[in-house]
Amino acid sequence: MASTQGFSLSALSSNENVAVKIELKPPPYPLDALEPHMSRKTLEFHWGKHHRSYVDNLNKQIVGTELHGKTLEAIIVDTYNKGDLHPSFNNAAQVWNHDFFWESMKPGGGGVPNGELLELIKRDFGSFEEFEKEFKTAAATQFGSGWAWLVYKAQDNKLLVIKTPNAVNPLVLDYYPLLTVDVWEHAYYLDFQNRRPDYLSVFMENLVSWEAVSSRLQLAKKAQAAQN
Amino acid sequence: MALRTLITRKSPISTHLGFRGLQTFSLPDLPYDYGALEPAISGEIMQLHHQKHHQAYITNYNKALEQLDSAISKGDASTVVKLQSAIKFNGGGHVNHSIFWKNLAPVPEGGGEPPKASLGSAIDNHFGSLEALIQKMNAEGAALQGSGWVWLAVDKELKRLVVETTANQDPLVTKGPSLVPVIGIDVWEHAYYLQYKNVRPDYLKNIWKVINWKYAGEVYDKECP
Repeated sequence: MASTQGFSLSALSSNENVAVKIELKPPPYPLDALEPHMSRKTLEFHWGKHHRSYVDNLNKQIVGTELHGKTLEAIIVDTYNKGDLHPSFNNAAQVWNHDFFWESMKPGGGGVPNGELLELIKRDFGSFEEFEKEFKTAAATQFGSGWAWLVYKAQDNKLLVIKTPNAVNPLVLDYYPLLTVDVWEHAYYLDFQNRRPDYLSVFMENLVSWEAVSSRLQLAKKAQAAQN
Repeated sequence: MALRTLITRKSPISTHLGFRGLQTFSLPDLPYDYGALEPAISGEIMQLHHQKHHQAYITNYNKALEQLDSAISKGDASTVVKLQSAIKFNGGGHVNHSIFWKNLAPVPEGGGEPPKASLGSAIDNHFGSLEALIQKMNAEGAALQGSGWVWLAVDKELKRLVVETTANQDPLVTKGPSLVPVIGIDVWEHAYYLQYKNVRPDYLKNIWKVINWKYAGEVYDKECP
């Protein structure tokens, strides 16, 4: 079974944190930079309160335990415990998921990717439009809290769309994550209330950082090649 | 009061349903105005929660029921099985929210008034005091990861009160077939976010000011006469 643990995961995420405390990383843009598509108010609460709480609560949970001092990715895989979730899993995975989410967006984002990423999307979904439809459908039909993802499945050399509940992420499912959208209600409620499909359309049209997705794909393929 | 929960016969547009017809559901009226629970729960939240979220569960539940009806008629077993999650999500959402609206009451109509008589003593016996019960429910409600509900339930076999949580829109019976909901509190973010933002504990602290203990007492007395 191909492993996505250790070096390859650290290479994918910019959280190479082996320090004693897990840190709250700011998004790679000011909190108002995604206006009007995602409001400053949303970023203030979503990053400033929710994401910060996951970090603070995780640090509180792991102090004095064997998890203390491990990388975030290692904590996530350990506490996932093959589906028998350890209490710290939710906080650990949500810290990572939100880092990955902020980095999946950029001001002036959206539109269509190019280069190898676009070719692979066309190859594995038929067209960009069909990928977008599948991604939005997965995100809209994830019941309750969760995430939708574009991932790279190394074993099949294929791009896939998946959806996960609550804090579960592709790291524990042996996929390389490439893009995510948060569909916990707190991600869109201030700006869109119940209208999750509108939030998803705005996300696709105006927020996705295809540069981030492309570079993650390159890293994933490099990491996979290094293992073979 | 019976008219509050409207059950309509679907008009026979689709004759493939045969003579049986299909019982579908409509949004029940709230027994109070949207703003009547303020300041504990804002009118804006009540309106969205009722007209958008609960309505969506009903709309999707009706759709799933139609598909189920069709699959049953055709003997399409795999579709019948595949539809079960949509029915649990959306049917559960309809069931749970229908209970929730009755669990709440404006203060002038008894909202927040502590339970009396048999439910009151049962709470004291099982939890020590009403404050202890509230503390327990608030702790479990706050700790629930993701979306779900926190319940005060009565086990109708054991004649005992219990506090339970369920995930997403899972109905209480998924935690025990003899559990009957006495009080349910929605801790999905849509239930409080516009007002309380990330501070779910504040929502939980305040909702007790509009909890309808009179109705809860009626439910309890029915199971434990």
